[in-house]
Amino acid sequence: MTDTTSVQRVRSQWWDVWDQFKTHKGAMIGLAFLIFITLFVLLGPYIWRIDATALDIRNKDLRPFYVGFFSDVKWSWSHPLGTDNLGRDILANLIQGGQISLAVGWTAMVISLVLGTFIGVLAGYFRALDGLLMRFTDLVLALPLLPLLLVMMLLFRDPLRAAFGPETGIFILIVTGIGITSWMHTARIVRGDVLAIKEREFVLAARSIGTPSRRMITRHLLPNVMSPIMVSATLGLASAIITESALSFLGLGFPSDFPTWGKILFDSVARMAVFPERVIWPGLCISLTVLSVNYIGDGLRDALDPRIRGL
Amino acid sequence: MLTFTIRRLLLSIPTLLFIALVIFLLLELAPGDPMAEMPLTIPPEVKEKMREALGLGQPWYVRFYLWLYQFFIVEPQYWIDALFGTDFAQGAQRIISFQSRSPVFDTIGERLPQTLWVVGMSYVVGVILAIPIGIISAYRQYSIFDQIGTLISMIGFSVPTFFTGVLLIVIFSVHLGWFPSIYDTTLEVTDWTSFKMQLRQMAMPVFVLALYNAAQISRYMRASMLDNLGQDYVRTARAKGMTEKVVVLKHVLRNSMIPVVTVIALGVPQVFGGAIITEQVFKVNGLGQLLIVAIHGNDIPMVMTLTFIFAILIVLFNLIADILYGVLDPRIRYD
Repeated sequence: MTDTTSVQRVRSQWWDVWDQFKTHKGAMIGLAFLIFITLFVLLGPYIWRIDATALDIRNKDLRPFYVGFFSDVKWSWSHPLGTDNLGRDILANLIQGGQISLAVGWTAMVISLVLGTFIGVLAGYFRALDGLLMRFTDLVLALPLLPLLLVMMLLFRDPLRAAFGPETGIFILIVTGIGITSWMHTARIVRGDVLAIKEREFVLAARSIGTPSRRMITRHLLPNVMSPIMVSATLGLASAIITESALSFLGLGFPSDFPTWGKILFDSVARMAVFPERVIWPGLCISLTVLSVNYIGDGLRDALDPRIRGL
Repeated sequence: MLTFTIRRLLLSIPTLLFIALVIFLLLELAPGDPMAEMPLTIPPEVKEKMREALGLGQPWYVRFYLWLYQFFIVEPQYWIDALFGTDFAQGAQRIISFQSRSPVFDTIGERLPQTLWVVGMSYVVGVILAIPIGIISAYRQYSIFDQIGTLISMIGFSVPTFFTGVLLIVIFSVHLGWFPSIYDTTLEVTDWTSFKMQLRQMAMPVFVLALYNAAQISRYMRASMLDNLGQDYVRTARAKGMTEKVVVLKHVLRNSMIPVVTVIALGVPQVFGGAIITEQVFKVNGLGQLLIVAIHGNDIPMVMTLTFIFAILIVLFNLIADILYGVLDPRIRYD
């Protein structure tokens, strides 16, 4: 045993996780697609400079270029994916809609994670709160969430629109609605993990030198429950995107001048027999985004599991 | 087991009461006034009378108590009367819809068969598909079948049902013309032709929901089979010289079904919720569509009753799942 061989670069565990993550093919493709779609909606407006809400009534009902190649229909390179019945460019709408859909997804996911982690840690760490908080979680789980979410949309739409303006108001409403109806699973998982970690020796050691509860949670418990939180973050992102588009699809989401993927799909269903592309493109955007997020979650779960990682 | 069941049944009463209260108070905040559509020429005192006729005059706790009374006492009395020809109800006030002015439960009774047919059938089809797929995927882990099964089930629960539905309509009813895109409720099955018609109009909504359900259940089935295939008793069974068929289909399958059965039970109420979207896509006038129409129309008694029925389903199937778990797995003892 010589000293020269044991000198190694210090690696954090996250590099190991990344190495394991890289071996999951589906997760890597999912990550690549998520980065692509995020760049597409963020940088898209700078490259594709047509305003999504601009009406171009002379060029209404254009078909996409790939239909134009094979049949004799109205199409134009200035609107490669076609236009809708008011002459709004579909590509620009997809970019703008993606911005809103992804923003809703990420924000709602963060809200539900913060809520879930907060309640889970409180319930797991403070025994006095455990019974009460978990009963509460069970109660919320027994609520019919989608109907209640629909009712909430209807009830608070007008007051919030009046208070924050149409776009911000609805955004706040949808994001909070999804956030407060989806934290329960995170809370349960975090509570279970905190209960197990609380009994470990390093927590006892930390307590014996007089670490206060606040620091105990932030320094010792939270870093150790990061992995289940990250996995449920991916699940939360996927389900938040789906819930938002489902709300828009049922006509209870954003108003029609603010396109989201679900909203574009909903508006196009009436004429999908003639213009199937207006339904298929936003639907593909939603499905592929959710699919890639789910694959990332799958890969993360494998990568964060130390039993698999060593192999 | 019996005491556990009774205790859980008793516990579910306060749970349901609390849920009813939450839904009621949420609806109480509704800014929409059911009288908003009335002409402005109606004098205020008449308007006040009309509000009272709708049952809006009292404070909320009186109305909440009244609703509970109607839901739990009056409505069952009417059901018993209808079944046995008795007269318990004696013309008591039922829960009346604001929109149609007819008893809420009559409308629900009209809509229930469509939902049960389409949604129930899709769940059954989903389960029947999911279990063999899960078994084969686990037994031949990482084979081509497993990989394709994994991909399809990933797609199944990633693609939202409103997109699969719309896609199927574009392909199969617009381009190919095989299936009708709208569910015709007035169709009565009397002979072979109308039966085929019924099958054709059910095909797409059932397929959409079945894909979604099968995707989730087959993942559980696969995981549960994999857990069991690695256990010692499987090696013992093989060492005793049992055939693979007996080992997998008798020993492993029976043990793997325990968690899967509870997952299937827990999924039933969610199916009713998820059906809201599918019913909207295929224009099936079932319970989900009724709820959407009621929400848009500010029909508070209808929304309240429907949402509460969904809540009862959730609580009930949670209970069923717990009891099934105890019955199927002798290691679980609740007492």
